[in-house]
Amino acid sequence: MSLKIIADLCTGCSACEPECPNEAISEKKSTFIINPDKCTECEGDYDTPQCVAVCPVDHCILPLAA
Amino acid sequence: MQSAAASYVSLADLKTSHNVLATPAEVPAHAGCGTSGGEGKASCGTSDGPDDMPADVWNKVKNHPCYSEEAHHHYARMHVAVAPACNIQCNYCNRKYDCSNESRPGVVSQKLTPEQAVKKVVAVASEIPQMTVLGIAGPGDSLASPKKTFETFRMLQEQAPDIKLCLSTNGLALPGLVDEICKYNIDHVTITINMVDPEVGAKIYPWIFWDHKRITGVEAATILHQQQMLGLEMLTARGVLTKINSVLIPGINDEHLIEVNREVKKRGAFLHNIMPLISEAEHGTVFGLTGQRGPTAQELKAVQDACMGGANLMRHCRQCRADAVGLLGEDRSEEFTLDKIEEMEVVYDLDRRRSYQDRVEAERQAQHAAKVEALAATQGAGAADDIKVLVAVATTGGGRVNQHFGHADEFQIFEVSAGEALFVGHRRVDLYCQGGYGEDEQLPSIVNAINDCHAVLVSKIGACPRDELKTAGIEPVDSYVDEFIEKAALSWFADYTGRVARGETEHKVRGDASIRQGAFTAVA
Repeated sequence: MSLKIIADLCTGCSACEPECPNEAISEKKSTFIINPDKCTECEGDYDTPQCVAVCPVDHCILPLAA
Repeated sequence: MQSAAASYVSLADLKTSHNVLATPAEVPAHAGCGTSGGEGKASCGTSDGPDDMPADVWNKVKNHPCYSEEAHHHYARMHVAVAPACNIQCNYCNRKYDCSNESRPGVVSQKLTPEQAVKKVVAVASEIPQMTVLGIAGPGDSLASPKKTFETFRMLQEQAPDIKLCLSTNGLALPGLVDEICKYNIDHVTITINMVDPEVGAKIYPWIFWDHKRITGVEAATILHQQQMLGLEMLTARGVLTKINSVLIPGINDEHLIEVNREVKKRGAFLHNIMPLISEAEHGTVFGLTGQRGPTAQELKAVQDACMGGANLMRHCRQCRADAVGLLGEDRSEEFTLDKIEEMEVVYDLDRRRSYQDRVEAERQAQHAAKVEALAATQGAGAADDIKVLVAVATTGGGRVNQHFGHADEFQIFEVSAGEALFVGHRRVDLYCQGGYGEDEQLPSIVNAINDCHAVLVSKIGACPRDELKTAGIEPVDSYVDEFIEKAALSWFADYTGRVARGETEHKVRGDASIRQGAFTAVA
């Protein structure tokens, strides 16, 4: 299980990066990407995925291959 | 008027729910310079000088263009966009929008790392020696990415120790970072406070990110409000000067801002800057899309006037971009893009900067003295009269009427009555004269922007706009060339009231004016 950032919607604001408990988020060409091997959708850490909760753009971060 | 008192969180509540306040939030004697200014003094954002406030406060504001109206004609500032993340969502902000031709707070064309930002600041400071202030003002919230913000400040203190540091924030993360702010000698902090009633706040803020959760509605606004008030009190207790920015949103917080003004003054705010909402559908903000309009010039002025006597008002804000460079009202950021900075030979010459600033200071004091002298000669000249009018002035600086109507991209607005000419704001317009020819299509928009004025004072004006202005009921005046603005305005006013008294002119009440959307961009 993992989340994915839609690059076209990402503003590159970086709000998500420090919130990730797994350090799965990094910058790539001025937007951000999630490493699916590290992402746990915050299960075990928080009630909701932190990157989704802090992202200023609706529907920018979605489940991978949903 | 909103019943803010009912839901207002009292100081006592704040203190019991937070133990972070190391010292009681006593308001220092110097806070709010309106209290120390002379009788009838309107605002230190307009013209207060060293006689109106304690020396330590004057030293903090004298070369800060945002904190001193007089300083903003002489000293420049710059913003660096190092902290783009935000911890709240505002209905007047859209994080996706980014265009170099568009200008309003929160918009930038280039994000910077702290290292790039420091390089840029040092390059600008070398090129523009009157650049005295560096602010981190978005996009995003400077305190939502404290590492980047404070790393920038730390490096700058080492490399350019004479530059004043300031930041602006929504206040959510402020209380926990006041120690850090004081550690880096940041003595100016701007907090955007649009409400003191969470019911009002719920209409402005759809959500906040707090304690690892997205919180919405009144609950979100309540937390934000508590943090803002606590943060303001803590800064006041530490002697940090604060400016409160409020966005005036008609129908949502217009009258409520009077309550905001009262509450922030109570907590020691130094300045209050009430700004018009910028809202166009193409900005893609919630307010832009729902058709929420911004205020007219008179609506803005009415709220600002109602707040006089409360916290001091800043009237010279130009709502600049978060990466602006230069004097307020100008933007030289295009000269300092990353590519260009790479090629610059930068030598940070502190002595050169100091000697340049000494010259600027001497010139400014000479201007101030000349103005005081010129005004003293005019005192008492005006007959006792209850007429009060607005006058637009075209000026290139120096406090004088010295600009051609067609060359003005903004007008200074003065409220003139018998014996007093008070600066009350700016009106941005599109240039009438472009490449030597008057653009008649622009004229109606200029008339709209100063339509509440009785006269426009200029150094020169062409025949065509002269007639158009007269038709619109605005008197074009070019007989006070190079005179100090206040003196010229009072002289014109004496002439005007004389003509009214003799029955030569009929005194009419003017209509409203519209506020041009968007702030100054380098390329208009």
